[in-house]
Amino acid sequence: MSEALTFHFDVNGEDFTSAGQASVRFKKNMRELGVDPEIIRRASIAMYEGEINMVIHAHGGVADVEVDEDAIKIVLKDRGPGIPDIAKAMQEGYSTAPDNIRSLGFGAGMGLPNMKRYTDEMQIESTVGVGTTVTMKINLN
Amino acid sequence: MKIKEVKELLDAELLCGDEAELEKDVYSACGSDMMSDVLAYVKDQSVLLTGLVNPQVIRTAEMMDMICLVFVRSKKPTPEMVSLAHEHGLVVLATEKRMYEACGILYSNGLTSKGVKKR
Repeated sequence: MSEALTFHFDVNGEDFTSAGQASVRFKKNMRELGVDPEIIRRASIAMYEGEINMVIHAHGGVADVEVDEDAIKIVLKDRGPGIPDIAKAMQEGYSTAPDNIRSLGFGAGMGLPNMKRYTDEMQIESTVGVGTTVTMKINLN
Repeated sequence: MKIKEVKELLDAELLCGDEAELEKDVYSACGSDMMSDVLAYVKDQSVLLTGLVNPQVIRTAEMMDMICLVFVRSKKPTPEMVSLAHEHGLVVLATEKRMYEACGILYSNGLTSKGVKKR
């Protein structure tokens, strides 16, 4: 592919039961493009963790994906409360998720570290009271 | 081990999947009620045993490329979850056995967390 392909997903934050729908669609899109299954898995898990985070903490947001011949770039953007201390949020096991989210099987404080682990590059830009943008890149080669 | 054998060993009910899917081979499994941990620690496991019931269990399994889900402790997925599993081609089983026992039975029959154990 010579030009980058783009995909846009709205992440509905009203209802936790729908959390993950955008990632399922993303995974389907990547399969249709014929991306390597192991790369799809890594990218999908990172996107899924990010999507769950947006639903838990920020009442949803948007995900924009760009695929070119070198990489998959995922940008997750929300207008949530922001992350006051990114270094702390990156620590495994540190979580600010409420108890009801833990009872749903999430909120173990593994989301952000996991997103970093499964991607080749990750940047977090966050302003308290304004929102958070997470940019992830997964190399295709 | 074939999914069919997982079903027999756990005396499980088939909630989603057909005969052809039951013939699929699985090489490793994991058990957790915490999807966060499944996403963080699991690699190449084709069976997930869980007592958690919500649509994220199905989506987590789909994200991890798993092919078989086993609900333990008599937990039953909702019809919406079953249709979601059907969409993703996941086999869904339900057993009365508790997590520890279900995992133990599968493990001792050769389905470990790291591929099939030699007997």
